[in-house]
Amino acid sequence: MSRIFTLLVLAFFLSVPLWLTDQYYLHTLVVCGIFMLAAMSLNLLLGYTGQLSLGHVAFFGIGAYVSALTSLGFSVSIFAYQITHEPWPPVIGVVLGGAVAGLCGYLIGKLAFRVRGAYFVIVTVSFAEVIRLIALNWIELTNGPLALPGIPPLTLGFEPIGYATLWSKGANYYVVLTFIVITYIIIKRLIDSPYGRAMIALRENEILATSVGISVTRYLVLAAVFAGTIAGVSGTLYAHYIQIIDPMIFMFLNTVTMVIMVITGGKGTLAGPVVGGLIFGIAPVILRNYVGPEVQWILYGALMILIVFVLPEGIVPAIERWFSRATAKSAELAMEPGKGARS
Amino acid sequence: MTSAQNTKAILSVENVAMHFGGLIAISDMNFHVNEGELVSLIGPNGAGKTTAFNIITGFQRPTKGRVSFRGTSLAGLKPHQVTSLGLVRTFQRTNLFDKISVFDNVLIGLHRKTSARLLGTLLSLPRERKAEAELRDQAWEILRLVGIEHQAKERASGLPYGDQRLLGVALALAAQPSALLLDEPVSGMNATETGRFIELINKLRSRGTTILLVEHDMPMVMRISDRIVVLNYGRIIANGTPKEIQNDPEVIQAYLGQGVKHA
Repeated sequence: MSRIFTLLVLAFFLSVPLWLTDQYYLHTLVVCGIFMLAAMSLNLLLGYTGQLSLGHVAFFGIGAYVSALTSLGFSVSIFAYQITHEPWPPVIGVVLGGAVAGLCGYLIGKLAFRVRGAYFVIVTVSFAEVIRLIALNWIELTNGPLALPGIPPLTLGFEPIGYATLWSKGANYYVVLTFIVITYIIIKRLIDSPYGRAMIALRENEILATSVGISVTRYLVLAAVFAGTIAGVSGTLYAHYIQIIDPMIFMFLNTVTMVIMVITGGKGTLAGPVVGGLIFGIAPVILRNYVGPEVQWILYGALMILIVFVLPEGIVPAIERWFSRATAKSAELAMEPGKGARS
Repeated sequence: MTSAQNTKAILSVENVAMHFGGLIAISDMNFHVNEGELVSLIGPNGAGKTTAFNIITGFQRPTKGRVSFRGTSLAGLKPHQVTSLGLVRTFQRTNLFDKISVFDNVLIGLHRKTSARLLGTLLSLPRERKAEAELRDQAWEILRLVGIEHQAKERASGLPYGDQRLLGVALALAAQPSALLLDEPVSGMNATETGRFIELINKLRSRGTTILLVEHDMPMVMRISDRIVVLNYGRIIANGTPKEIQNDPEVIQAYLGQGVKHA
């Protein structure tokens, strides 16, 4: 039942570029999808392990900068050494961007999970700020506030078939959609496995979790690595799509956007960041027709407060509960204690 | 305590002391539990029973002394490492993953049992799918053993009190203990629930599980224990069979207080 629903949703999103001819709306959806991907990675930490990373944009930005520099090339001098890097294909940048961000996730996880709760939040915020300052001040590498322009778009393909460079919005839309689907499957498999259960156990009751043999740092660090990698990959997609990045990418507002997407959609649910991402990715475009940007942010805040007040667990759990109550009534007769395959 | 006894001891606590600043929770504790034995640790409130549990399972570091399990010293081990040696505890207050289903609670408890690898999990390889199916079978088995299988799909917090305590034991059992430490498992249970619990303990013993029990329910302790260790003010005041303990003057004094002696 829920699988059919998921496939219908997927079919709908696959069809979007076929009937949505307005390039601006398509652009909005691509950016929305990229942030949705980052929100999905944040959900792994915030939703499943219960650790709030308020520096999540750091992984996103690291991915973007690593991939941009990989595909643009750079030349920096460190002490007496001159390091020069010739441009590589953007696809390698995506892989490296994800890998470096994942490595940062590992290091931050190792360091920060000695402390948890509020202290973890502070460590992640500081981490993002440090990375932002590096991007701003290491001008030789990052061009500082002058931005890195002319980042090449992704080129896909392999030898016998030929290559395609993703100039069009439609092509980028499908690439982002593919990444979202893959990420969704990866997170789903992780959560339904002993790895994901260990993360949930640590969120629910850390002392009890350790008493059944779950290592705290191991699983929190694992979640941080996955979250970092996925956020990094979403950052690389952003860099190659927008084709210019500057240190503004590390804006705190970007982290807040991800957090809002996760919390309103429903943290700790697979579909939560997708639903939240759609709402807060598309809302600005709709609101833009009626009100100025400042008012938009106020409305964002109001919308979030409203959702959190009315549906404290988020939209997806509320819908699930309503749905299961509706089906429970109709299915009472056909009940059977089968082996539990949970959604 | 003779060395002959020590040779078959599975768990031994030697010269353990625990000080919290000036407060001496445990002054000098020595006891052991033999393979397959059921030993009860009793004593008035504040005697140091739960502290002893916390030290044995790595949740607290003793001020001095050593604890060893199957000949391995537990000094410096983290709780999850102690668990992986096969020494698993339950908690005094109901301690469950409240918001999760009963079945998933047990699945989490089976954490040690899984053979799933990360890459295989992400690719959903047959090997990992088989491991997951086996894990689910084992979870059902444990639920049946404990006798709460018909409530598998309930939220843990929605269970009646006695069943919540049973689920707590199921969680510990899922961690594959060779020795099980139960911290006041039947406190707050009614007579029927206690009866069910004793049945469960008998089942576990017939499978060879060693049990260390902290409990206030004296009739139950007297009925099921092989040996009883009595603590008072952080010190062991008696160690023997239920019959010996019942007639020990120091124990009687600790429990009933030192009344005025009449001739």
